[in-house]
Amino acid sequence: MTNSQAILETAADMRREIGTNLHDRLTEAIYADAGAIADRAVSTGEHSGNLEQAFDRVLTSRIWGFPLMILLLMGVFWLTIAGANVPSAMLGELLLGTLYNALHSFAAVLNAPWWLSGFLIDGLYLATAWVVSVMLPPMAIFFPLFTLLEDLGYLPRVAFNLDRLFKRAGAHGKQALTMMMGYGCNAAGVVSTRIIDSPRERLIAIITNNFAICNGRWGTLILIGAIFVGATAPPFLASFIAATSVAAIAVLGVIFTLLVSAFLSKTWLKGESSSFSLELPPYRPPQIWQTLYKSIIDRTLIVLKRAVIMAAPAGAAIWLFSNIYISDSSIAAHLISFLNPFGLLIGLNGVILLAYIVAIPANEIVIPTILMLTLNLSKSGLAQTGVMLEFNDDAQIQQILTSIGGWTILTGINLMLFSLLHNPCSTTIWTIWQETRSLKWTTIATLLPVALGIAVCLLTATAARLFL
Amino acid sequence: MTAQAAAAIQCGSCSSGCNTAHLTKLGIKTGSWDYIVALAGNPNTGKSTIFNALTGLHQHVGNWAGKTVTRAEGAFTLGGKKFKLVDLPGTYSLLSTSVDEEIARDFVLFGKPDVTVVVVDATRLERNLNLVLQILEITDHAVIALNLIDEARRNNLTMNERILMRDLGVPVVPMTARRGEGVDELLSAIEQVASREFSARPHRIKYADSNLETAIEKLATQLRSEFDGLRNARWVALRLLEGDESIIDTVRKGTLGAVKSTNHFPPLVQVEAG
Amino acid sequence: MTLNMLEAGQIATVKGIHSKDAERRRMVDMGILPGTRIENVMSSPLGDPVAYRIRNAVVALRGEQAKLIEIEEQK
Repeated sequence: MTNSQAILETAADMRREIGTNLHDRLTEAIYADAGAIADRAVSTGEHSGNLEQAFDRVLTSRIWGFPLMILLLMGVFWLTIAGANVPSAMLGELLLGTLYNALHSFAAVLNAPWWLSGFLIDGLYLATAWVVSVMLPPMAIFFPLFTLLEDLGYLPRVAFNLDRLFKRAGAHGKQALTMMMGYGCNAAGVVSTRIIDSPRERLIAIITNNFAICNGRWGTLILIGAIFVGATAPPFLASFIAATSVAAIAVLGVIFTLLVSAFLSKTWLKGESSSFSLELPPYRPPQIWQTLYKSIIDRTLIVLKRAVIMAAPAGAAIWLFSNIYISDSSIAAHLISFLNPFGLLIGLNGVILLAYIVAIPANEIVIPTILMLTLNLSKSGLAQTGVMLEFNDDAQIQQILTSIGGWTILTGINLMLFSLLHNPCSTTIWTIWQETRSLKWTTIATLLPVALGIAVCLLTATAARLFL
Repeated sequence: MTAQAAAAIQCGSCSSGCNTAHLTKLGIKTGSWDYIVALAGNPNTGKSTIFNALTGLHQHVGNWAGKTVTRAEGAFTLGGKKFKLVDLPGTYSLLSTSVDEEIARDFVLFGKPDVTVVVVDATRLERNLNLVLQILEITDHAVIALNLIDEARRNNLTMNERILMRDLGVPVVPMTARRGEGVDELLSAIEQVASREFSARPHRIKYADSNLETAIEKLATQLRSEFDGLRNARWVALRLLEGDESIIDTVRKGTLGAVKSTNHFPPLVQVEAG
Repeated sequence: MTLNMLEAGQIATVKGIHSKDAERRRMVDMGILPGTRIENVMSSPLGDPVAYRIRNAVVALRGEQAKLIEIEEQK
C-alpha cells in the first residue's frame, strides 16, 4: 500500500484506541493553555462593571423588561414623529411650493407643451419631491436612532427577552435578531437570515421578516397615525396617541411573526429545532455624535437616491395613467373605479389599491402616490393641482384625503394594517429569490402577507359595518 | 518527481504562493495580488470594524454576534504591494462542524493566506484564545489584533502584549479599531509577516495526555516524511485522529502539502488577467 | 445538581455535560469544561433563557440546555 494509505490505517487504529471523546480532551487542553496564557497576560483591577450589570438586569427583569422595551420603541417613534414635523414642513414649502411653482413658471417661459411640463414636473418631479419632503425626515431620524441602539448592544437583549415566545412558535432563537434587522430594511433582514444554519428555520425567518416594519413603511404609518388616530385626541396628547398607534402596529407585527412562524413550523415547514446560542455582548457606549452624523448623512443620501430611482418613474407612471384618456376617463380613473368595489369591501378604496400596485418597487412611494392620484382624480373640480400643494402639513393632507378622497377613520386604520400586511417590496422579493433560489417559497413569501392583509382588513371593515 | 515540483510546473507563474487552484475553488479571484490576508476571529470582536479600517470601505457594523454573514473581500496597498483582505465568518473554534467554521477553516488551511490576522476581544481573552491557539496550529504566519483595548481599560483590565507575544510567538497589536487606534501598527505587522521578515515561533499546544501526545507525534512524523515541507503536521495528525473526513480525503489523494492541479481546474483558468 | 437549578447571582463549577451530540461540542467550544466557573447573571422576563457568565463572556442558554450541565455550587 502507499505511504498515505499506511498513515490513514495507523490513524484509524489509534482512533480506536483513543476513544470517542477526543474533542473534549482537545478543547480542554486548549483552554488549559488559554487560561494560563490569559492569566499571565492580563491583570485585573477593581471590577467596575456592576453598574452595567444592574442596568442589564433591569432591562430584562420580569416586571420591567417588557414595558421598558415597548417604552423604548415608543420613545424612538415619538422622537421620529416630533422631530420630523418641522423639517417636513420646511421641505414641503420649498419643494412642493416654491420650487414647484418656479419650475412651472420656467416651463411657461419656454413655452413648453403641456404634456411635457406635465410629465416632467407633475409626474417625475412631483413624486420625487413628495417622497423627499414626506418620507425623508422621518427616515433620516429613525434609522440613526435605530443604529445607535444597535451599536449600544441592546438588540441581543430584545432577542433574549423574546426568545421564549420564538421557541414556542417553533422558530430559531436568532430569528429575533433577523426580525430586528428587518425594521431597518426587509431586504437586509432577509440577507441576515444567513446566521441561521438550518434551511427550514431560515425559511421561516425569511417569510416572516416582512412583518417587521421596514423604514419605507414607517413614514406611512407615522403620517396616517398622526392624521387619523392622533387627530382624534386633544392636541397636547396628539403626538403621544399617534406614537402609541404606530407602536401598536409594530407589536401586532411581532404577534404576526410569532403566529405565522408557529403555523409554518407546524405545517409546511415541520421539522427539528436546532440548537440555540445567543451571546450578549457588553454594552458599548456608542460614539453618539459620530454615529448620528454619519448615519444621518448616509441615510439621507440613500433615501434621495431611492427617491430618484423609484419615485420618479412611479411619478411618471401616475401622470401618464392620469392624463391618458380612454373614452371619457383617464386610465387611472378606469383602474380606480375597477378596483373600488373590492377596495371598499375591505375597508380601503380603489386609490389605495392602485397606489399599492404602483408602489411595489418601494414602500415609501405609497402616500405620495395616493395623494397624487386623489388630487388628479378630482382635477376637474379644482383650478390647478399646483394650488392645492402649496403647503405640506398634516392638516392639508387630512383635508385632501377626507374631503376629496372620502376617507374615514376606518380607511386610515385599515391602511395602517395593510401597510403592515402586504407584499414585500420588489427589492425584497428579488433578495428572497436570490437567497432561496426557490420559486415556490418566493411566491409564498410574497403572497402570504397580502392574503393576510386582505383577510384582516376584511375583518375590521365587516366588524365596523356591523357594529358602527 | 515530488508533488511540489509537479505543482510548480502546472501553476506557471502565479504570485500568490501557488494556491490558485484552491483559492479559485473557494471563490477568490487571484492574479493581481501580491499577498492574501485572512481576517479571522470570534463573533463580535470588531472584525468588521477592522476590515473597514484596513480597506477604507464603510459597510455598517453593528454590535451583535453573527453580523457578518457573507465573506467580504477588500484590498489595500502597503509599501507598494497589493494586499487582498478576506473577512472570514466569526467562529468560536475550528473543531466543530458548522458551516461557518468549515468556511473559516478551509480558507486558512487550503487557501493558505500569506497572513492570517486573528481579531481578539481584549475583554474576553481566554475564550478568544481557543480560536487563536487552533489557528496557530495550522499556520505560522499570523498576527493577533488585540482589539477593544478601550473596553478593557474601561473595565480595569491591563493587557501586557509583550507577554502575550512571547507566549504566542507571533506579533500582537493592541488596538481600538473603532477609534482608528492601532491600525497603522497592525498594517506594519501584516507587512512584516507577509514579507516573512518576522520569524514566528508560534505556540504549540501540549497535550497533557501522554498517550495522545505520543500518537500525535508518531503520526506527525510520518506525515512530515510523506509530505515534504508540511508545517502543520501535528494539526493534521489531530484531524486524522478525530476522523475528519475532508482531511482524510486530502491525505488519501496526496493533495495535502502543495497544491495539485486537479482535473477540474486546468491551470490557465485560475490566473485572472488584470 | 444541574445548571438550570442555579439561582440568580450564584456561582458554580462545571462538573460535566450529560450529552453526546453536537450540542455538547458547541458547549465545550464555548469553554464549558469540568472545572470552569459559571455564574447566573440574569434571566429573561419570561423565565427562559438565562444568561450565564463563562470565561468572562455572557452567553444565553435555554432551560433544556442548562439541564444538561452538571454543576457544583460555590458557597
